[in-house]
Amino acid sequence: MIVIKRKPLEEILNYIEGHNKILVLGCQECPYGCVTGGEEAVKKLAEEIKNKMIDLGKSIEILEKTLIRLCELRYVKSINDLIKDVKAIVTLSCGVGVNLIADIYFEIEVYPGMNTLFLGAELREGIFIEKCRACGDCIVGYTAGLCPITRCPKNMLNGPCGGCKNGVCEVRKGLPCVWYQIIKRLKKRGKLEKLMEIWEAKDWRSLYGKGIRELREELGVENKN
Amino acid sequence: MKIKTNLQKVLESGQFAVTAEIDPPKNADPELIKEKAKWLKGYVDAVNITDSPRATVKMSSLAGAVILQKENIEPVMHITCRDRNRIAIQSDLLGASALGVKNILCLTGDYVTFGDHPQAKPVFDLDSIQLISLVKNLSEGRYFNKKEVKGKHPYFFIGAVENPFADPLEFRPIRLAKKIKAGARFIQTQIVYNLERFEKFIKLCEDFGILEKVYILAGIAPPKSLKMLKYIKESKIPGIEVPDELIRRMESAKDEKEEGINIAVEIIERVKENPGVRGIHLMPIGWEFIVPEIVKRAKLYPRPKIC
Repeated sequence: MIVIKRKPLEEILNYIEGHNKILVLGCQECPYGCVTGGEEAVKKLAEEIKNKMIDLGKSIEILEKTLIRLCELRYVKSINDLIKDVKAIVTLSCGVGVNLIADIYFEIEVYPGMNTLFLGAELREGIFIEKCRACGDCIVGYTAGLCPITRCPKNMLNGPCGGCKNGVCEVRKGLPCVWYQIIKRLKKRGKLEKLMEIWEAKDWRSLYGKGIRELREELGVENKN
Repeated sequence: MKIKTNLQKVLESGQFAVTAEIDPPKNADPELIKEKAKWLKGYVDAVNITDSPRATVKMSSLAGAVILQKENIEPVMHITCRDRNRIAIQSDLLGASALGVKNILCLTGDYVTFGDHPQAKPVFDLDSIQLISLVKNLSEGRYFNKKEVKGKHPYFFIGAVENPFADPLEFRPIRLAKKIKAGARFIQTQIVYNLERFEKFIKLCEDFGILEKVYILAGIAPPKSLKMLKYIKESKIPGIEVPDELIRRMESAKDEKEEGINIAVEIIERVKENPGVRGIHLMPIGWEFIVPEIVKRAKLYPRPKIC
């Protein structure tokens, strides 16, 4: 899932300063797993803003709307009628949503209400952990299902470095050394010899492309060369 | 042109090599390098100059290496993967060669959050093994992209590091073998205090058949004080093991500095007994002036004169 987190209220208030009619736009039931940007979150933020405005002796009209997905054009256009006098939109979605809304409604000020943290898994309620950097060239088929691009701070492909002690990475207490785990798993599978070969340097174009990455299904990934 | 370095000649002639390391200053003062270097001159075969260790901004290793050369000291220039991508690294290597630097030590580098600019973007375009391949390629007249270097290309004597105290122990010789395969000719180890573990590592390397393929220099840091040993022990510097026994010995010492010298000399004598240990690499960490004393007491002085 895309793991997102609400921005502090102060930052959002700064964005909308001077506007008397805004739209708080949520993103619901995301199939990619954003869990905090739905209807409830929209209601909560709207209330927080209103309360703050009352404290400050100011008035503001806040429209609330939650769409199925902010990252698909067909859903986004449904707000056309809603935004007539709206001067600012605060989105409660991942970065994809806020960018797409800002692209389409470029005459309106569009602000992020969320920080997009990472692509991760939810281990228990409220506990998320990063699992993928979307580097565009998955190598976990060679590393026993463990991604060194995501989980090794130094992105090592010929690890582990000298900072691995008792299976733990030197960079942060409690962070398992992914190369220690890879070796353990491959050894158990009798496939340790795979790590005898020197792993060539990564072609980072699959991550950085030329500018942004695009996928046109009929053409394949359009981000290299 | 393929002119051998002094360090290379000492190692290839089968003599026990001695190198020492200095950190460049946190400012633009060349005198601070010269000051440290004057203690080392004549007592070591080459002097390493580090590349912003612990991810803390220091004068560049290239500049430091050139300052050492001006003092007629052969440098070993450190290069890490932390701050530079393959373009910048090759560019620096061409420049280093143009300025006469020939010994290169390849490291992945400490992670940025250890240092004084933890907000920095970590580069790590390559890892240390890929970096070794890069330096070897350049040394043979090819860029990392395999294209030919037209005109004069560098020649480097390539070193790398290994930590015998890191885990998993049984994989360390395999990784060392990869470094040798990539092009490393000499290996500096992490600081040796735990001799038992060090010897276990050397034995594994021997069994793996790599000892004769590389020159291993054991890392030696003379413990200046009990405080220093405790600091390392409390894992402020990861990757180094300090046995309790050593702490106790230092605790009961009348003169900590004298005991520190004794400990360093004893460790040197012990590591020397191991086949495949072809030299030592001193990391005096702010105690450079003690190097002559240690080298003399370890009977490693005078240093070989090789033309």
